[in-house]
Amino acid sequence: MTFHPEDFINPLVRDLPPSGIRKFFDLVSEMKDVISLGVGEPDFISPWHVREACVYSLEKGYTMYTSNFGLPELRYEIAKYLDQRFGVPYNDQKEIIVTVGASEAVDMALRTICGPGDEVIIPEPCYVSYKPCVRLTGAEPVAVPTYFKDEFKLTPEILESYITPKTKAIVLSYPNNPTGAVLTREELAAISKVIIKYNLVVVSDEIYGELTYEGTHTCIAGLPEMRDRTILISGMSKAFAMTGWRIGYVAAHEDFIKNMVKIHQYTMLCAPIMGQKAAIEAFRSCHHEVSRMVEEYDQRRRIVYKRMKDMGLEVFKPQGAFYIFPSVKNTGLSSEEFAQKLLKEEKVAVVPGNAFADCGEGFIRCSYATSVKQLIQAMDRMERFLSKQFSS
Amino acid sequence: MKNKVLKLLECNGRISFEQMAVMLDTTVEEIEAIVKKLEEEKIILKYSAVINWEKAGVEEAVAIIDVKVSPQREVGFDAIAQRIYRFPEVRSVSLISGEYDLSVSIEGKSMKEVAMFVAQKLATIDHVLSTRTHFILKRYKMAGVIFEDEEVDRREVITP
Ligand SMILES: Cc1ncc(COP(=O)(O)O)c(C=O)c1O
Repeated sequence: MTFHPEDFINPLVRDLPPSGIRKFFDLVSEMKDVISLGVGEPDFISPWHVREACVYSLEKGYTMYTSNFGLPELRYEIAKYLDQRFGVPYNDQKEIIVTVGASEAVDMALRTICGPGDEVIIPEPCYVSYKPCVRLTGAEPVAVPTYFKDEFKLTPEILESYITPKTKAIVLSYPNNPTGAVLTREELAAISKVIIKYNLVVVSDEIYGELTYEGTHTCIAGLPEMRDRTILISGMSKAFAMTGWRIGYVAAHEDFIKNMVKIHQYTMLCAPIMGQKAAIEAFRSCHHEVSRMVEEYDQRRRIVYKRMKDMGLEVFKPQGAFYIFPSVKNTGLSSEEFAQKLLKEEKVAVVPGNAFADCGEGFIRCSYATSVKQLIQAMDRMERFLSKQFSS
Repeated sequence: MKNKVLKLLECNGRISFEQMAVMLDTTVEEIEAIVKKLEEEKIILKYSAVINWEKAGVEEAVAIIDVKVSPQREVGFDAIAQRIYRFPEVRSVSLISGEYDLSVSIEGKSMKEVAMFVAQKLATIDHVLSTRTHFILKRYKMAGVIFEDEEVDRREVITP
């Protein structure tokens, strides 16, 4: 009898669709002189302070495991940061785990609360990992569309219409990848009323919290009656330009944490110590650098928004993260057609919106985590491309 | 707003008013007025380029000279500093803390020319007690710019 590895694949894994981004990646990689607005990470290199601290820790011989929860000094810094920056106090001994990126935290949070028979609400368009992570728990992801007319904000009315007796949790991700949408304190308060009414858990991915351009970020955990039912996830990747270090964290009620840490200890043991050492330094000495980067993203955001509006794209001004999500419907092309044609004709790479959700069809995600010079060049090329589309 | 304009100009002296207006979310007129005022007030002194002369193939000798002086009654160090900074060979003069009093940077065509200038002009000024010359052998970073920056974009072209 011949052995077929395919026969042994867990159906939950087998049926996961491959990422819609992969296909595009292959296409772009083959081409030269492309300006990529398809990158979902900062163009800044991690601050030198951070890199230097890691080198020093290696010289000192910090190459071992840490506590499952993470280095106590780092948890202390995380708790201090969440409290001082966003007004949400957590106990650094019992309510925080350092994770391998926000990615691990999302997976762990969902596995800790969901299983077969549960439904998890996922407002879309959104980051690509939530749906697959829910699927892997055996629970059912319920996609809730958001709309251009609402600037891709989740509204309490739409949310309520998707809740069933099986709904257990909701994944919130604002500031949002790919739309740049942000929910204000008032908008979050309105949504939290629905969440409380139906007794749901919130998994809140706030990795772009620091990248909020008008006003400051509100943690939903800071709203009345929300703290205990919220699992707050964030990390170093975006705000501190530390994607490759793989350091994230989760802050939640002790009862969530003590169960989550079981998964973490058996599957990950701990986050890498080099990254943890670097993260401590980031919290201690890089706030200045963070504000400088945020200010620069903000300036680029204004440039890109204005250029897109001027060239005739339907677009709203993103309020957070480093993405802008214009509609390309008036070109008569689908997201994918637009992205492919733009790549072929003008060598600008963007990500088709349908990679993030069905309701992302008709939009493209452009990242402005790229130098002003490159952005302006990309906008010139896009403008030329559009004028050809509109005139033909 | 004033300082934001200055920051943008410090990074790129050739940035247009239009672009600054977009980046700072204001009007071209406001930017124009601010820049004009900054120039009038001599807060913006001039616009210049940061140049890697070595790469341009131009020989130059640059030295930093520590100068010890005895301050004068009423005018302190200012009068001597003025006598020094009036020389066109002198690129910059600063009052510094520590063992010496003034830090002077001098540019010339050759080391000899610079050394002669120090010996004949600088060291002989009244109240200059002593000097110490350091020639610059290689520049790594100037005006916030790293000369041979190897930090290229190594990111994957498309990521979620
Ligand atoms: C919304 C969102 N959450 C999480 C992540 C992953 O973050 P990390 O690098 O901390 O795993 C990303 C990365 O693109 C993201 O956009």
